[in-house]
Amino acid sequence: MTEPLLSVRDLVVEFPTRRGMLRALDGVSFDIAPGEVLGMVGESGAGKSITGAAIIGLIEPPGRIVRGEIRLAGERIDNLPPEAMRRIRGKRIGMVFQDPLTSLNPLYTVARQLIETIRVHLDMSEAEARAHAIGLLDRVGIPAAARRIDDYPHHFSGGMRQRVVIALALAAEPELVIADEPTTALDVSVQSQIIDVLKEICAERGAAVMLITHDMGVIAETADRVAVLYAGRMAEIGPVRDVILNASHPYTSGLMASIPTLVQDTDRLVQIPGSMPRLNAIPSGCAFNPRCNQAFERCRIEQPPLIDVAPRHAAACWLAEEETKNDG
Amino acid sequence: MTDSFLSVTNLTRYFDVSKPWLNRVLEREDKTFLTATDNVSFDIRKGETFALVGESGSGKSTIAKMIVGLLAPSDGTIEIAGRRIGPDDPDAIRTVRRRMQMIFQDPFASLNPRWRVGDIIAEPIRTFGLMSGNDVTKEVARLLEVVGLSATDASKFPHEFSGGQRQRIAIARALSSKPEFMVCDEPTSALDVSVQAQILNLMRDLQDEFGLTYLLISHDLSVVRHMANRIGVLYLGRLVEVADSKRLFVEPQHPYTRMLLDAVPDLALSGRRRKPVTGEIPNPINPPSGCAFHPRCPLAIERCKFEIPEPRITPTGTAACHLVDGDIQQSVTGGTE
Amino acid sequence: MSDTKTPSRLFRLWDSDIAYSFRQSPLAIISGVVALVIILAAAFAPLIAPTNPYDPSSLNLMDGFTPPMQENAFTGSTFLLGADNQGRDVLSTILYGARISLFVGFSAVIFAMVLGITAGLIAGYRGGWVDAVLMRIADVQLSFPSILIALLIFGVARGFIPPSQRETMAIWVLIVAIGLSDWVQFARVVRGATMVEKGKEYVQAARVIGVNPIRILLRHILPNVMGPVLVIGTIGLALAIIAEATLSFLGVGVPPTQPSLGTLIRIGQQYLFSGEWWILLFPAVTLLALALAVNLLGDWLRDALNPRLR
Repeated sequence: MTEPLLSVRDLVVEFPTRRGMLRALDGVSFDIAPGEVLGMVGESGAGKSITGAAIIGLIEPPGRIVRGEIRLAGERIDNLPPEAMRRIRGKRIGMVFQDPLTSLNPLYTVARQLIETIRVHLDMSEAEARAHAIGLLDRVGIPAAARRIDDYPHHFSGGMRQRVVIALALAAEPELVIADEPTTALDVSVQSQIIDVLKEICAERGAAVMLITHDMGVIAETADRVAVLYAGRMAEIGPVRDVILNASHPYTSGLMASIPTLVQDTDRLVQIPGSMPRLNAIPSGCAFNPRCNQAFERCRIEQPPLIDVAPRHAAACWLAEEETKNDG
Repeated sequence: MTDSFLSVTNLTRYFDVSKPWLNRVLEREDKTFLTATDNVSFDIRKGETFALVGESGSGKSTIAKMIVGLLAPSDGTIEIAGRRIGPDDPDAIRTVRRRMQMIFQDPFASLNPRWRVGDIIAEPIRTFGLMSGNDVTKEVARLLEVVGLSATDASKFPHEFSGGQRQRIAIARALSSKPEFMVCDEPTSALDVSVQAQILNLMRDLQDEFGLTYLLISHDLSVVRHMANRIGVLYLGRLVEVADSKRLFVEPQHPYTRMLLDAVPDLALSGRRRKPVTGEIPNPINPPSGCAFHPRCPLAIERCKFEIPEPRITPTGTAACHLVDGDIQQSVTGGTE
Repeated sequence: MSDTKTPSRLFRLWDSDIAYSFRQSPLAIISGVVALVIILAAAFAPLIAPTNPYDPSSLNLMDGFTPPMQENAFTGSTFLLGADNQGRDVLSTILYGARISLFVGFSAVIFAMVLGITAGLIAGYRGGWVDAVLMRIADVQLSFPSILIALLIFGVARGFIPPSQRETMAIWVLIVAIGLSDWVQFARVVRGATMVEKGKEYVQAARVIGVNPIRILLRHILPNVMGPVLVIGTIGLALAIIAEATLSFLGVGVPPTQPSLGTLIRIGQQYLFSGEWWILLFPAVTLLALALAVNLLGDWLRDALNPRLR
């Protein structure tokens, strides 16, 4: 097996509040291989965005990483000084956020922002950088890129702006792109275009992608593997097909069944009762046990670890252990 | 029509988006108007769920607001239960108000944070003077249980509840005046997926129990397909297609409808072949001439650039497309199944 | 039976975020204690003051200019903070003076608040020309120093009041003058907040069922815009107390028979260079402590209500 590009081990992130410590991430581990697209799904508050923020060293104080390690190509990056981390962001890890305007400076032209990013990280002259930037804009599907590069961000529509952000994220040829809800603010008909562009250009340049989203449909179309987070813990991780069609965690299967589709006809949707616990009231044992219709005694007492159910496919559920035992 | 509860005819609304007067004078500009809703007509039958789908700028929320009286139409008529609603008949608005209610998109904004849940739910009861004193408390307790919460929740404040629970409170409030008709403006788009199913199921159950008629506004095609009997598709303020829900997804008539269907991610991993979607929604302040969709339409002909197509009868409903009787039928390939 | 479910109001207050933030801030606690001590002392002045400075029969002119903590050579009286030119106990005049200053301050702020909130709610909710007219009036007023406006109103009002009533009416005229000079702040903040709240869905939900606009304003919007109003109200209280002192110092405020802190400072400054420093110093320090404490409380409140500023 090749060495993973990104390796996250036992990551714990906590936020101190007056009512005690909130554990936003609780022992999350996963790998991303070079060139792979890992989807990260979960409800709001499940910890998917915090995972992304932890990797790029942008957890907002007073939150902090209390345990675990993050390695990029074997080198630890969770304890780097801010200056070194800033060099990694942009150069080795590119970022695409939900709102394109958070990544673009409204006062500068697109050209200036792209060229600056390119020249900071790559050894290029002004003219070379400009040519490179135009090539990138053209590649992400901006018509008349050579002319539009001198426009300001507000001259672009929402979808075009997100294309510019993707170009900016890839400008320094990073090994990893973290995309946090890149299509949530966009219209349906634009979403699929942006996802296609992101997927293609990353595949072309061999960049791995960590795609954070709440939209299972986007994951299904884009990701190679998917990680499902619940209440700050990893519930299930595995190849997209296996997780979507053959989920091992009752939360994942419930989630999949609760989404209405364009092909099935059902009178009532399958529903998971209740809602995800708040971080200050996570139940003992498996965090999902009060909502789970298959929960038994052990689930209420003991927190299940990730248990392999198939090659590369693991679920944090005691039922998975039962099954693997029966098989073996 | 006798069986239609709501009937909307040539509904139009524009907004004045001009710069301030002084700027206009100095820069010698005319007033600018944004046409949010342009000549929209449809009927909703008693007891059915009619859905309006569209992307941003399609005018779907504007239509909802005009129906419930939050916005006045610039032109066109709204008839509810056979009575025309308009400024010339304030009495009609008053009698109709009790019979319709609205559920909003954001349950974090739709409940007054300073009010207790019991008072929030009781507001329509008190406003319409339906009950008084202890009866109100009892009714609030009953409503809370109807939507799956507990009677003791009445004394709590909204911030003590999750998003899904808040949407249940908003539904209880809407039910409290015993309406026949509910306008649901993106009722689940602010909620997490696992909670969305709960709210959609609850809406279905309530419809069966109380015989409600729904107008569902959404951008999510799969939600609309699950909930609606009939669907209207909006593009840039115009109704481009109305069709029976199940058939719209199998035999989309308007090219825009087909594009929308192609844009929906394929969750079932069925390997459904999709045509890549192109282009973006134009600026509604300055929409394209003729059929507003023509610059993105793969089938557009010369006529589309000049003439706004009228709705025509199709096998599944109506569609506003010049090609709908002829060429388009042959090019319908597959759809979703 | 619901007692176990719903904690008492007092507990909810103690447990609230705002109370917690207060307990976490030493500066807020000190300011709160200082302000509270002065306010309580002023409120209960008749009970705790050694003498009643308004009662001419209790005054002895021979006590005049007695320094603090020293025995008067002629009368044998001692005063903790000394006596003023007329032989009044400085401590007592401060307590009674603070009473008047605070009364004028609170009344003026409440007057400005009611006026400003009303204008702000109407302007923000109605919009259009009503908003334009109200806000232009506010803009015009903002381009004058507020003390000048208070002086103007004070002067005009005195012209309308018969001379025999001037003494008794002076304090009310002062309240109106300061209140009118300060309503703009409230109006602007309330207008902005109202425009935000108006667009929220809970207001739309009330409009859908046809709730009367006045009820929407008072029951729905008003409670949600009170946060910033309280902040400006607190800072406005400090400003109003200072404005009152300024006017009284200029001699146009309350009459010398009912001296406020400002009046006392005016009296005191006449004797500063002749060595009777205590007549000026103690009222001035009280005014400073009061205004500073109230101001700091206002600053803390603003930060506490807007956590993003921290």
